[in-house]
Amino acid sequence: MFKHLKQLTSLFAMIAVLFAFTTEAMAKKSKTLKNTQKKGFVRCGVSQGLPGFSNADASGNWTGIDVDVCRAVAAAVLGDANKVKFTPLSAKERFTALTSGEIDVLARNTTWTLSRDADIGLTFVGVNFYDGQGFMVRKSSGITSVDQFKNGISACTNIGTTTELNMRDFFNSRGISYEPVAFEKADEVVAAYDAGRCDTYTTDKSGLAAQRTKMKNPDEHIVLPETISKEPLGPVVRQGDAVWEDIVRWSLNTMIEAEEYGITSANADSMKTSDNPQIKRLVGAEGEMGAAFGLDNEWNLRIIKQVGNYGESYKRNIADTGILPDRGPNQLWTKGGILYVPPAR
Amino acid sequence: MNNKIKRILPQLLTVLFVIFVFGFFTINAQVNMDNRGIDFGFGFLSQEASFDMQFTLLDYDGQDSYLWAYVVALLNTLLVSFLGIIFCTILGVIIGVARLSQNFLIKNSAAWYVEFFRNIPLLLQIFFWYYAALRALPLPENAQPWFGVTYMTIKGYYIPSMIWENLNVFMSCLIAAIVAVIFLRVYAKKIQEREGKQLPVLYISLALIAILPLLSFLIGGVTLDFEMPVLKQLAQTSFIFEGGIALPPELIALVLALSLYTSTFVAECVRAGIQGISKGQKEAAASVGLTPNQILKLVIMPQALRIIIPPTTNQYLNLTKNSSLAAAIAYPDLVLVFAGTALMQTGKAIEIVGITMLTYLSISLAIAALMNWYNKRIEIKEK
Repeated sequence: MFKHLKQLTSLFAMIAVLFAFTTEAMAKKSKTLKNTQKKGFVRCGVSQGLPGFSNADASGNWTGIDVDVCRAVAAAVLGDANKVKFTPLSAKERFTALTSGEIDVLARNTTWTLSRDADIGLTFVGVNFYDGQGFMVRKSSGITSVDQFKNGISACTNIGTTTELNMRDFFNSRGISYEPVAFEKADEVVAAYDAGRCDTYTTDKSGLAAQRTKMKNPDEHIVLPETISKEPLGPVVRQGDAVWEDIVRWSLNTMIEAEEYGITSANADSMKTSDNPQIKRLVGAEGEMGAAFGLDNEWNLRIIKQVGNYGESYKRNIADTGILPDRGPNQLWTKGGILYVPPAR
Repeated sequence: MNNKIKRILPQLLTVLFVIFVFGFFTINAQVNMDNRGIDFGFGFLSQEASFDMQFTLLDYDGQDSYLWAYVVALLNTLLVSFLGIIFCTILGVIIGVARLSQNFLIKNSAAWYVEFFRNIPLLLQIFFWYYAALRALPLPENAQPWFGVTYMTIKGYYIPSMIWENLNVFMSCLIAAIVAVIFLRVYAKKIQEREGKQLPVLYISLALIAILPLLSFLIGGVTLDFEMPVLKQLAQTSFIFEGGIALPPELIALVLALSLYTSTFVAECVRAGIQGISKGQKEAAASVGLTPNQILKLVIMPQALRIIIPPTTNQYLNLTKNSSLAAAIAYPDLVLVFAGTALMQTGKAIEIVGITMLTYLSISLAIAALMNWYNKRIEIKEK
């Protein structure tokens, strides 16, 4: 018996090596993807309530363009856009929640900056809203431009945001002394500004437009025309899972490219027979577009059918709600905006 | 032999267990941080903070380092704790004594006060005072002066600031007066022990403390001017006060909420302390001819303090730790600035949370040590 032991061991070793090769080949399959499919829902971090981006209604349904990114990922990997577990996070908590593994996608109007991308174990996968920081003031103050700001002005804002840093750069470069009043939660900032604690409220312009709808008298406030910073907002994933990163990136890209080619949630199925191969690739009728992610071939079709293209999402969440009817830079590059994504092929 | 093993083995196992737990967490954190490409280190402390703070005791600018931001934020936390402890002690003693009053109205008002403020969550009280104040207080342009020269507005409480000339002369006089008072007390005690004569220590002390600094104004060349807050227009309907000192409403609301809340617990400690002294003590003191004031000062309080101090120390510690709720209303304390903004900008979660925890631990231990020392001092000294 012991004579065969040696042969047996070598046999085991061979099997082990074989297994190692096969797992190497299958290593493309992402760990996050596997866990997500096992759990049956996508764990997504969103804001604590920013109309247009991520906001829950009275019955707990989340809507917004950030929410739609999460839904797109769920449609792609689980086949159902509703299989998302949303975790509302403050600006301060968001990155820790992602790096610690509490959530797998962070879609929370988060600005893409060098230090965030490089330093803290995060990877930004794209931009779903091009924004810039602005100021809101009371109409009655007569202020119509940031040039009218004077020494001693008090500014309400959130902590843990790029806003805090931009604000300092802005006031310092103009030599204006100011009083920063920084709160942890957006609702508290709005309440304090609305009560008259601050002369101005500063954050991303989309945020100002959205929060204005929450004020006692929205008509009493205006957003000043100046933009003092670039704020490209986009979804974020943990560093170290390249496949998951690609899945989230291309879920977003699919929505934007679908709009470019005129594919909507209504006509997606009929586009399968289109003459344009680019369109056919986007609805899973041509090529093997899902295999590289470990997904089937209709993952992108599901996104378009269940969530819609970027234009539909924008209209539903931001234009029709009266937050920012004008798409501005968030228009396709073919229509004068700067939305431009790499081709899905 | 067997006994020795029995004695040592549990200790050995405990030590191994502690090492194992710490080791597990350290290695776990290391592996996870490696996987996610996060570095561990304290180098960030010397980097430029590049954010501003609303209210600071020392000069701070965004160009200063994170370390300096930490120090400044820590001072803000200490300021709130210090003010809170002072006010909650004063209030607590008054309410605690009032609860033992013979007067039905005083006694019951005090009881209501305690039950009311003790049983509402502190965070709600902080929100209440902050937002209630913001809603109720006037805008700067509508503010009526309090005491003629101070203004309570939605943007803060503005008080005149003092501009001293030859402040050091004034301070030396004040210190000299205090030293003189200490010597006087020692001397008075000696006199009383030797001759049984009581000197009017209180009046002489008050006179000393009033007269010496006053002299510094008359012959020491000390002058004191006040800079008054003056209303300034920023825009059509937007005003602030300039000059003087501005206490932000966040600080006021926080100190108010913390002192009111904690004072209820201090009041209960005080009541327990006084009630803990048996009636016989008071009667015995009265029968040897002490006046009611002397009874309180020489007989009741020294004994009551022994009961009051240890639980009150706990309340001071609670107040200090509760001051971290400041983050909710934008008061730039350690948690808001360091564990909030600095953590966000640097992403050094483990380092910053670690430093913050150690800081609170140190503050609490320092307060506990101080109170323990005081407790030792007033303990019964057995001869």
